[in-house]
Order: sequence, then C-alpha cells, then structure tokens
Amino acid sequence: MTTTTARVPAVPVVAPPRRGAGARFRRPFYWMVLPAVVLFALFHTLPVLVGVFFSLTNYAGYGAWDFVGVRNYVNLFRDDRVLGSYGFSFGFAIVATILTNVISLAIALALNARIVARNTFRGIFFMPYVLAILVVGYVFQYLFSNSLPKLLPAVPVIGENILSSPDWAWVAIVVLAVWQASAFAIIIYLAGLQTIPPELYEAASLDGASAWHQFTRITFPLISAFFTINMVLSLKGFLQVFDHVVALTGGGPGTSTESITLLIYRGGFTGGEFAYQTANAVIFVVVITVVSLLQLRFLQRREADF
Amino acid sequence: MHTDTRRTNWWATAFVAVCALTVLIPIYLGVVVALKTPDQLAGSGFELPTQIRWENFAEAWERANFPRALTNTAFITVGALALTLVTNSMVSWAIARNLHRRFFKGVYFYLLAALFVPFPIIMLPLVKETALLGLDNQVGLIVLYTVFGLSLNVFVYTAYIRSIPVELEEAARVDGASTWRVFWQVIFPLLAPMNATVGILTCVWAWNDFILPLVVLSDPAARTIPLEQYVFQGQFNTDYTVAFASYLMAMAPLLLVYVFAQRWVISGVVRGSVK
Repeated sequence: MTTTTARVPAVPVVAPPRRGAGARFRRPFYWMVLPAVVLFALFHTLPVLVGVFFSLTNYAGYGAWDFVGVRNYVNLFRDDRVLGSYGFSFGFAIVATILTNVISLAIALALNARIVARNTFRGIFFMPYVLAILVVGYVFQYLFSNSLPKLLPAVPVIGENILSSPDWAWVAIVVLAVWQASAFAIIIYLAGLQTIPPELYEAASLDGASAWHQFTRITFPLISAFFTINMVLSLKGFLQVFDHVVALTGGGPGTSTESITLLIYRGGFTGGEFAYQTANAVIFVVVITVVSLLQLRFLQRREADF
Repeated sequence: MHTDTRRTNWWATAFVAVCALTVLIPIYLGVVVALKTPDQLAGSGFELPTQIRWENFAEAWERANFPRALTNTAFITVGALALTLVTNSMVSWAIARNLHRRFFKGVYFYLLAALFVPFPIIMLPLVKETALLGLDNQVGLIVLYTVFGLSLNVFVYTAYIRSIPVELEEAARVDGASTWRVFWQVIFPLLAPMNATVGILTCVWAWNDFILPLVVLSDPAARTIPLEQYVFQGQFNTDYTVAFASYLMAMAPLLLVYVFAQRWVISGVVRGSVK
C-alpha cells in the first residue's frame, strides 16, 4: 500500500467473555471472518511464500527451473546494480524523510499559530494528497527539464536540466517526494499540535520561556509520538519509492536513480531474473523490517527521555 | 470552542503563504501549459496563455483513451469502495467483538503483521497468480484492493467499534435479530464516520494507484487513468500541451471532489490516523 498513515499499533483491550453468548449467535462471526482470512492468505501470504521458494531457484519467469540453493543471495551482494539501487534508495529515503518531517512540522507550527485564512491554507497544503504521484510527477518533469533551465540558465546543474545529471537527479526526486508527502504529514502534525492545551503556553510565557524553549520543552515532547510514527512510516514508504522515479527519470541517467522497487520490477518482469529479483525482494523485506524496528526503538527511547 | 485571544502572527502568515505558493506552482504550471498552443511553449511555460487552445483537451481525450480509462478507473474504484466498506467493516466487527477468543485474536494480529510486509516481495509471484486465476483484469484489482486494504482498515474499524456499547447489539439480539441482521441494521449505520474515513482512503488509493494496475493488468483495454498517462507519456512525450491536458483531466475528478468536500476529506483522514 502506498498510502502512508500515521497510526500507533496498540494491543486492544480484551473484552471479558460475556455470559450466555449463544453459539447460534456466535457462529456467524466465524463465517464473517473466514472468507477474508482465506483470501488474504491466498493473495498476500501465499505470494510471499512462493517468492521465498523461488528465490532458491534459477527460475527466469518462464520455462524450466532448478534449485540453486542460496546462490542468488550470494550474487546479490556482488552485483553493482543491486548495491547501487540500495545506495540510491537509502540516500533518497533518508534525505526525503528528514526534509518532509522538518518542513511539515514547521508548516504545522505556523498553521497552528494565529494566522490569517488558516483553513484555506490548510486546504491548499493537503491538496497534493489526492493527486496521483505519477501524474504530478510528469508536471514536475517538465518543470525540471524545460521551465527551470529557461528561468535560471546561470545556475549550475539546474540551468542545464537537473534530471540529466547522474550526480544530482536524485535531488529532483526528493523535491517531488517531499512536495507530495508533506500534505499528509502536515495534517497529522497539526492534529497533534491541537491536542496541546493552550494553557501550557500561557504558563510558560508567564515564566518568561522563549519561543524556542517552549518548542523544545513543551511542543516537541508532547507531539513526539506523532513524530515517531511519521518518521517510521515516511522512511518505510520512501525506501519503496517507485512512481516518483518512473515519472521523473525512469531510473536514469544510466541507473543512477534506479530504486530497489524499480529494479525488482524491471529485472523480474522483463529481465528474465524472476528468481534473482525475488531473492532481492526477500532481502529488501528483511532490511525494511530491521530498519523500521531500529528506528522505532531509537525514537521511542528518545520519547521516554522527556 | 476556545476563542483565540492571540494577536495575528504575520511572520507565520507570510511563511505559510510562501510555502502554499510552492504547493500551487506545479498545479498552476499544469493548468497553463494545458491551455496553450505548442508555439507558446518557447518560454519557461509559466507565462499566461496568449491564446487558449481547447482542442488540447479534445485531442488528449482521444489519444489517452479517456472514455475507456475513465470507465475502468471508475468501475475499479467504485467496486473496491463498495466491497471494502461492506466486507472490511464486517470482518472488523466480528474480530472486535471476539478478541477474547484465540482464533479472532490470531486473525487480528495476522492481518496487522502484514502491514510490515512491503509490496515488492508480493509483486512478482502475485502477477503469476492473478494471471493463473484469470484475475489479471479490473475485477482482479477490485479483489486485491479489498483484500490488501484489510490490514489497515481492520485496525481503524476495530478501534472504533470498541467504543460502541455492546448493549445496543444485545438489545437487538434479545429481540430475535440474527447476527447478520444485527450487523447490517445496527452496526453498519453506526460505523458511518469510520466508513467515511475508510472510503476516502480507499478511493484515493484505488483511483491514483499506478504499480498494481501496471503489474496486474494484461489487456490494454483494461488500463486505468494513471496507467494510460504512463503509456501516453511514452508515445507522445514531446507533445506537451496535449499531454498536460491529459494530466489535468486525470487529476481533475479527485481534485474537484476535494475542493468541494475539503473539510470533510481532511477530517476523515485525520479521524483514521489519530487515536
């Protein structure tokens, strides 16, 4: 799912068993859940298992195949194109995550101040959320390759089409990603800020706390749960970047902006590397899970410090 | 409501205004380029059109197969929406009311755990599977959106259902209503706010999604709007004015809904995200 949603998974409180819950009434509950579980297993869990299975073969996507053990996994670590895609995806995701959250938090703070036409601005900021990244991406592509070189011909890199620069094209992808992802992050941060009672600030300013002090001692600690979840979900989403890259660079120039998902898609469907790219995807799952858990742990420990 | 007694913060207003402009610039560019004749594109593209060429839209309508793509996307979105609302809420109710039973608790965590599985691992085998089952079409996508949405939606719904008093259902049961009827006549209407939230998320996802239609659909006649933009872009990539008219028409439906139902959309999304 490409939608990033900020939500803290929590174990629900278990309701105590009710007396006299008749079996006749209870049985349909199983019929409500069972088909969903079967379909979920069929379309979600089964593909994962099939993927893990084929990652141990030399299946090209068609024709005969043999078991090759862990050879695919070994080869992945020696493949410059694979390593390059991880390098790009991580660099992009880290920069985009930081920028999205810093910018969104700043805008949310400003929106939460007493400003003119707040609701109109809030409406504008959320607009990118309803637009398809691919389609907006094509507009950005024109902006980077045609408009900016004509507007700023003297600026290096930007003046000669940033998208054709192997060293800087990723920056353009970051711009699109931040532009789009901020919509959601701003709304979440704003919702978080509105849970803080205004009396806290009144008390703090009576005590002579500066704006910066109020932010670091009151605001940020109180919305740190929102910060954690936004950071974790942003990074996870950005690591899987696909639409942005397809729209702006198609992975180029060369393979300088080829993301992991794009590589898996290309190699797996048209490159005859079904098994090999499935192994890549298995590694990717492990990487994403480990990164998310580490991040969660690190950020939550910080939360506890306040 | 708490009345704001603070003075207007002009610095914050200026900052917000500049940032809002950044959001609007690409949208402005999308609109003006779509209205121009090709020979007006010599500049940066930001200039206002001197002469408007409405034919761009007619041409894009034809060349990007809009009648067909719109039908497909609308069918998929409406189908996914209806199926998701009915089934996901029902599954969630069954789970929420039976979380003390091992089976339902297991199902709950099974669905939740899938939230952490990224799509690339599913992608390649899924395509084989949908092709094998004859689901490499619009109906297949409806099924996939409904099934893949379960993880998140069950999470959203169960949190909400637990705030609905069980007594309401018990009263209906005592009156002799079956479980199905209790769901349909008592619970489903009560879920209206969450149905709105899940509905918005599902609509935006299904309407704009690119990767799932890209890998699953095999017949060109089944292409959705984003997929058609992708193909169109590859074929007519220098015909910017027509291409932009096409992009604009692709974005217009959701954008219009958003402009008119802005508050409702935002509050719906926030309701699903902040607990």
